[in-house]
Amino acid sequence: MEILIISIIKSLALIVILLTGFAYLTYYERKLLARFHVRLGPNRAGPRGLLQPIADAVKAIFKEEIVPDHVDKPVYLLAPALALIPALVAFAVIPVAPAMTLFGRTIDFAVADINVALLYVVAITSVGTYGVILGGWSSNNNYSLLGALRTASQMISYELPLGILLAAIVLSTNIGREMGTLSLHEIVLQDRPWWLWLWLWLAFPVFFIGVLAESNRSPFDLPETENELIAGFQIEYGGIKFALFFMAEYIHMITGSALMATLFFGGWRGPFVVPGTWHGALIGFGWLFIKILALLFLFIWVRASVPRVRYDQLLHFCWKFLTPLSIAYLVITAVIVVFAG
Amino acid sequence: MALLLFLALALVALLAAVGMVTSRNAVHSALFMLVNFAVYAIFYIMLNAQFLGVVQVIVYAGAIVVLFLFVVMLIGGEIGAVRSSLRRYTYAAALILGALFVAMIGLGIAQTISTDQTVAGAPAAGGVEAIGMALFTTYLLPFELASLLLLAGMVGGVARRYKALDED
Repeated sequence: MEILIISIIKSLALIVILLTGFAYLTYYERKLLARFHVRLGPNRAGPRGLLQPIADAVKAIFKEEIVPDHVDKPVYLLAPALALIPALVAFAVIPVAPAMTLFGRTIDFAVADINVALLYVVAITSVGTYGVILGGWSSNNNYSLLGALRTASQMISYELPLGILLAAIVLSTNIGREMGTLSLHEIVLQDRPWWLWLWLWLAFPVFFIGVLAESNRSPFDLPETENELIAGFQIEYGGIKFALFFMAEYIHMITGSALMATLFFGGWRGPFVVPGTWHGALIGFGWLFIKILALLFLFIWVRASVPRVRYDQLLHFCWKFLTPLSIAYLVITAVIVVFAG
Repeated sequence: MALLLFLALALVALLAAVGMVTSRNAVHSALFMLVNFAVYAIFYIMLNAQFLGVVQVIVYAGAIVVLFLFVVMLIGGEIGAVRSSLRRYTYAAALILGALFVAMIGLGIAQTISTDQTVAGAPAAGGVEAIGMALFTTYLLPFELASLLLLAGMVGGVARRYKALDED
């Protein structure tokens, strides 16, 4: 019973933090894009436009709810929720700070520390594609359907290099240990030799491209290209239902950044973190936060500077370049593990 | 508590299965199947087989049903398209296959009861370590053969496609 209550509190905290994070990520992105474009960005609501996300939220909530006549109603209404929920749930296994002891009990800063955490993230994010696919189909609109089909093929394709690279990372957890692990908690705690860090960072660009494609971010936002598909799967959505799709994309970005920070950059680890103490937990969380912000900056930087690719280029790039590359990486990692582990 | 949860989930799985068969819309059928698979994943987790549960989601929900949806959407699963092309032998075939299925399940249940296997009493038998150990030691040959078969199927699919292109 106590576990249940603690889990509910942790989950609520996670949802509140992620939704706030989403709101201010839109602000962060708009401000940064404005800097890249040499303009001001939102600056009317509140000091420096800081209240802009709240104004946007209020606007989205109070917009009239419109359900077009020609849609498949149950699926149409289900799709935004199906997009958002996996995005929120995937974050549950990421350790955000070292455990601390307070009033004689150990507090663990992950909603769930499960031993197959990495696979769990893969599973949940692969379910997230349903929101987009079903949203596009149920809208009963040719442009939406094209967007949905593009999503399906894009997701299936880019899951391959991502999955293979994840396999390589899991393999590398064998180094210096008796047995590898799939637990993100243990991956963060693992002491990697310096050459292993370098080797893993080699995989980071490929992994990052994969995450860009999986979260439908520019330059891979083919499912919603406004100039050929007039927003693709979300044409028929408005108001809060559109906002839910929007939220899902941004929370995917946050989760993806947190995952990459955990796998490639040591998660909450950093100088001045003393595990087990309250200030250690706080500083650890601070480090993870900074790493996530830096990675999100990368997402936005790419969006501001790289033009969108063509659809066939997107798939060719994945199947003929990224996939063979990641397979080679996996093979070399296996050799390294055999000789070094 | 666990039994109640199981019964509730089993009901959901059954309803989803019925919905999948009776639904007139191919996309709705696929979605009902998705619910059914998701419930199976929860069953695995309840049996302490977290690895199997997660893999169930990755393989079935993440790949197979997405592929189904992709094909259905490509070849026309338009909203409102009701197909009433009940062929002549459908009912007979359904009856025979259904009877066979019930017999198979009955046999399985009878065997399980007579040998008194308690699955839930095996902790971590579905964990990553246990499954990995079993796959790469005891069952290495069948495992590798299965992967070879999958690879052959994949290569075969690509090869057929190129042959069809050549003939055009």
